[in-house]
Amino acid sequence: MSSAPQTPARSGRDWPFFAGLIILSGVYIALIVAMLVADLSFTTPHHLLRAFASAEIRYSVKLSLISCTLTTLLSLWVAVPTGYLMSRYQFPGKRFVDSVLDIPIVLPPLVMGLSLLILFQTPIGRAIQRVVPVTYAIPSVILAQFSVACAFAVRTMLVTFDQISPRREQVALTLGCNRSQAFWLVALPEARRGVLTAATLAWARALGEFGPILVFSGATRMRTEVLPTTVFLELSIGNIEAAVAVSLLMIIAALAVLTIARTFGLRAPLERVL
Amino acid sequence: MIAVEHLTLRVGAFTLADVSFTVPSGQYAVLMGRTGTGKTTLLEAICGLKSVAAGAIRLNDHDVTRLKPAERGIGYVPQDAALFSTMSVREHLAFPLMIRKWNQAEIAPRVAELAELLGLTKLIDRRPLGLSGGEAQRVALGRALAFRPSILCLDEPLSALDEATKDDMYKLLLSVQQHERVTALHVTHNREDADELADVILRIEDGKVIA
Repeated sequence: MSSAPQTPARSGRDWPFFAGLIILSGVYIALIVAMLVADLSFTTPHHLLRAFASAEIRYSVKLSLISCTLTTLLSLWVAVPTGYLMSRYQFPGKRFVDSVLDIPIVLPPLVMGLSLLILFQTPIGRAIQRVVPVTYAIPSVILAQFSVACAFAVRTMLVTFDQISPRREQVALTLGCNRSQAFWLVALPEARRGVLTAATLAWARALGEFGPILVFSGATRMRTEVLPTTVFLELSIGNIEAAVAVSLLMIIAALAVLTIARTFGLRAPLERVL
Repeated sequence: MIAVEHLTLRVGAFTLADVSFTVPSGQYAVLMGRTGTGKTTLLEAICGLKSVAAGAIRLNDHDVTRLKPAERGIGYVPQDAALFSTMSVREHLAFPLMIRKWNQAEIAPRVAELAELLGLTKLIDRRPLGLSGGEAQRVALGRALAFRPSILCLDEPLSALDEATKDDMYKLLLSVQQHERVTALHVTHNREDADELADVILRIEDGKVIA
């Protein structure tokens, strides 16, 4: 031990550090806000009304709302049990299954669409199509949305169940429940916020889905046209006003979903999921 | 009566081998041991939450070693209370009775009796969020006792409580045990719990249980 008095460390000033943090994050936030403001300033109520006067766009709004809602319900139906299974149980090949569940998240959207298209050209796919026409029909829209949106719902539910201690279900088992009762009466009610977050995330993903739908469903007006298709079609014929008006509608829907998820769902779900 | 006979448990690299002990009917046993000695694992095995590698667990002369937790009829109070966040205190007390399909006319008086016994009457419509540590443990105790089990297993139920609350809980645990006529097995690392509560003191050391 040295008996010499300690020299205080020269720590310097902190403000350059904070200035760096604020400037770098500020640039990105400004970009996001500026994009939204630009959209708003480009559109007038007249553009919006004219867009909604079009039967094609009204059809696309209707198909988007219905398909996204069906996709959300299907995604929850799959994501809740899958998330529970992956969170609670150990089984051979679990790491492999976990990786497979991430494929739709990392695969390029166009490739998803192409893969679906090819799947329905296989003998099994053709057999299904003889009963229910899928490719270039409405079921293909829902299937394309589902195959991507469900992966996000599964991740959300896995994180949700990971955060809920299995202790409560164990207590339920000692109180007389079987596994199914412990799930329905204890685990699922505990996971309600996660279910809501998974639903909003799936809905938002489904609403924005474009690549797989373009390839797998086509872009036929009054048939397989959803909102992103509308933006694409209107842009391709130079009708920027209508494209922006429809985009604005999607922005409003996305913000509504974000508000619901932030208010009632898990806190900061996205960074935990991804 | 709780009889553990030549029990072997394996969890990962941890092994508890050839453990035997008995808790006579109506007695309050405190199983003491340091952290990591496997006392919680042992308690969970008795409750049916951990699988048994060898040996037998007998409750009131019935072999329950291969039975599911639900079929053992053990009231279980975990360390962190593990209350159900969506249920009120009343729903907690009624939950095991609802699972057993008691009718409403039987459930209501049992819930009222437990609420009275455990001092939960004023809290009956509250949810777990906002309950104090002592209140939460009383709810967990009531939930475990509701279906009139003959065995009660408690895992460090007092470890998170302050001294004054702990003193109240000692009195309450003893009076409840008398009232409900249960055989209790209470796991703890705290010497004071044993001094205050135990009819029988068991120690878990070096993988063995010593009376």
